Amino acid sequence: MQETLVAPACPECDAEVSLGTDARVSEIVECPECRLELEIESVEPPLLILAPEVEEDWGE
Amino acid sequence: MSSAAARLGVLASRVRFEEKNILTALERRGVACEQIDPRTLSVRAGTPWDGPQTVLNREVGHYRALYAASALESAGVTVLNTAAATAVCGDKWQTSATLVARGLPTPETTLALTPEAALKALEELGYPAVIKPLVGSWGRLVTRVTDRAMAEAVLEHLAALPSPQSHIVYVQREIAKADRDIRVLVVGGRAVGATYRRSEDWRTNVARGAVSERCPLEPELTALAVAAADTVGATLAGVDLLEEPGGRLTVLEVNDRVEFRGLQSTYGTDLDVAETIAALLTAKAGAQS
Ligand SMILES: [Zn+2]
Repeated sequence: MQETLVAPACPECDAEVSLGTDARVSEIVECPECRLELEIESVEPPLLILAPEVEEDWGE
Repeated sequence: MSSAAARLGVLASRVRFEEKNILTALERRGVACEQIDPRTLSVRAGTPWDGPQTVLNREVGHYRALYAASALESAGVTVLNTAAATAVCGDKWQTSATLVARGLPTPETTLALTPEAALKALEELGYPAVIKPLVGSWGRLVTRVTDRAMAEAVLEHLAALPSPQSHIVYVQREIAKADRDIRVLVVGGRAVGATYRRSEDWRTNVARGAVSERCPLEPELTALAVAAADTVGATLAGVDLLEEPGGRLTVLEVNDRVEFRGLQSTYGTDLDVAETIAALLTAKAGAQS
């Protein structure tokens, strides 16, 4: 079984989001509660921010 | 995160399944690598760059990917795929024009320079037809038009959009296809895997919930996918093929920053896509030094 880091809180709903020990800065994870996409801003300590929107991939 | 000695870089603002696995595969090979976040990137033209000299471009946003690649190339960095390949693959018209020029099969396509011209083009192509934005992925804003009234409504909408690029209309004949398309992953001139994507929705994008199953790498399919990737200059490509009635294959699209999560899951332990890409990158970096 994968070890987990201390679970940081979702910035939107405050739910705990468990991250594996292989978590990476800039990795996109999904909050298990509110389903928002989150970005790992830092691993030590584990910090989550809202994931960036994909700004301009669809041409307008 | 940043190490001055890193020889390989992965350019990505979003580290998804694909980027994470490529970075892990590189580390497993003992290669010094670095994730480069384009949100923090600036490059002085024509001046050597002190970052990794071989960079895999995995930036999701088309324009940011294109200009990051171009800027890094200007600073002497080898970028996969090249900025030129990204420019072609990221623009549906450039892709169609390039495939046609090479004589590769692709659905009949017309570029109309105004929405009015598009209406005329649609009447000539016949319905149903598909209107696509020039730039975009995951089937977003792709519209299937079944008759003139619908075409008028869609084109009126396009005409009202502020961006001049939105008024250039890419129209394509709809291929009466099976409920599936084929995605072939080409790495360094070799087809490494292929999947069927099935969907109830007529847009067979995995991002839209399509189901992915393994597709045999038949010679005809392999040859066509490799030729398509080569034609647009993509070292790493996801080539989307359709089977026309009668079984002839046609090239729908070439994706230069291909997602492969679905393909990887259908292959399980029979293929390690990230490792295959890491091997290619390592070889390219070796050739640089
Ligand atoms: Zn949440």
